[in-house]
Amino acid sequence: MTAMLNVKDLRAYYGQVQALHGLTFSLNEGSLTTLLGANGAGKTTTLRAICNMVRSTGAIEFEGKPIGARSTENVVRLGIAHVPQGRGTFTNMTVEENLQLGAISRSDKKAIVADIERMYEHFPVLKQRYTQQAGTLSGGEQQMLAVARALMLRPRLMLLDEPSFGLAPLIVRDLFRILGKINREEKVTILVVEQNAQLALELADQAYVIETGRIVMSGNAKDIANNEDVRKSYLGY
Amino acid sequence: MELFANQVLAGIATGAIYACMALAVVMIYQAIDHLNFAQGEMAMFSTFISWQLMQWGVPYWGAFVLTVAFSFAAGIVIERLLFKPLAKAPVLTNVAGFIALYAIINSVAGLIWDFTIKQYPTPFGSSPFLGSQLISTHQAGMIGITLLMLVLLFFFFRFTRVGLAMRAAASLPESARLVGINTSWMIALGWGMAAAIGSIAGMMIAPVVFLEPNMMLGVLIYGFAAAVLGGLSSPFGAVVGGFLVGIFENLVGTYIPGVGNELKLPIALALIVTVLVVKPAGLFGRAIVKRV
Repeated sequence: MTAMLNVKDLRAYYGQVQALHGLTFSLNEGSLTTLLGANGAGKTTTLRAICNMVRSTGAIEFEGKPIGARSTENVVRLGIAHVPQGRGTFTNMTVEENLQLGAISRSDKKAIVADIERMYEHFPVLKQRYTQQAGTLSGGEQQMLAVARALMLRPRLMLLDEPSFGLAPLIVRDLFRILGKINREEKVTILVVEQNAQLALELADQAYVIETGRIVMSGNAKDIANNEDVRKSYLGY
Repeated sequence: MELFANQVLAGIATGAIYACMALAVVMIYQAIDHLNFAQGEMAMFSTFISWQLMQWGVPYWGAFVLTVAFSFAAGIVIERLLFKPLAKAPVLTNVAGFIALYAIINSVAGLIWDFTIKQYPTPFGSSPFLGSQLISTHQAGMIGITLLMLVLLFFFFRFTRVGLAMRAAASLPESARLVGINTSWMIALGWGMAAAIGSIAGMMIAPVVFLEPNMMLGVLIYGFAAAVLGGLSSPFGAVVGGFLVGIFENLVGTYIPGVGNELKLPIALALIVTVLVVKPAGLFGRAIVKRV
């Protein structure tokens, strides 16, 4: 397996405050990796640094090419979809417009129409609501829409920031099942940041644990799930 | 009764111009959260360009199209040179930028074309419209052109990809970047379109107020009143506000004794203050709620 994303010595700053202290990690092509950590550990910052949404230093390579100083929109256009914390839904637009926006950097009109249909198959609830204002959807539906919008890019890599946040347990299960399916069937490499460590470790094949801006543990998701420290700190048993 | 109908129709005609100015102001406000005080001067300068072209023998509609294209390009240039560098600057810095732009355009126009009042032609003539004394052909033309432009804008924003991208960039810049939209260029495009809309307003109102460097001052204040009344966050509201303010202005001027032409401008300002006190979000705007 080759590494799709290589991150070396990533340091990120909010003004004078340093949030990441030299993160090094990589994602294998086709893998589903989870990044675990407590509040404030730097999970969100890591995702934001990959998309150049925060000031950072270090080297990030995507499919062998350095991301460098590309603007956020140009990083996205490389094929990296980012579902931000809080979902970033265009609430005053319809569900269908949200999906079209996901594909705004593409110009293959026919394939876009076909992709929208495919999203409705993955997420039937969106089809029932396609003319509805996205802001009127429930939290779970909005999260589905956010994932569907990200997939409309036809990404090679998808970054998800706490997709389970604020959702009912049953809906979270459903969402994670779909993420697994997308990872397997559409060959999208996924990096998911989660507070719900148990579920994330069940789903993922790789895991990293981060504490105060440093990676403290990495490896196979199953091994991490069985690690005593992780069990005590993140799984609570 | 005839006087009333006459005043309402005349109000709709000037209201069309206020609607254009309000729309231009709202488009820029949506993109960068600042009011463009120089919107009127930009429109005035465009109108002088069209006048100059006609002086050089270009026919009216040729000059009209060239001017709209020039204004679009000039709007983009102004954004790139002046306001893109100010994007992260404090509000007051931006306000100073707008006032500087106002003063510069106003004096340059005075320098090139001097401050004497000039006649400006109308392509519609000024005979009674359809034989009726209620409204002139020029007023009808003003309404017609404005409505046509509004319909085109509606289709642009509703059904084209660029329109969709511009709406996304204005409503949630960060999310827009995350789907690959170059939000910086969307702002520039918004400036270009606002300048183009303003130039149409300028060319339509010039036969009424005559052409001179200060011709848009009153019009812009009414445009602001319209934008505030309709709600600064709603382009649709700005247009409705424009027509309402136009009608209101005429009716007050006609029926309230002592107002006349001299007091019309303070009335626009009184309207702005009243709306801001009573219903700050305007008729169609959404109240801004911030979590702290």
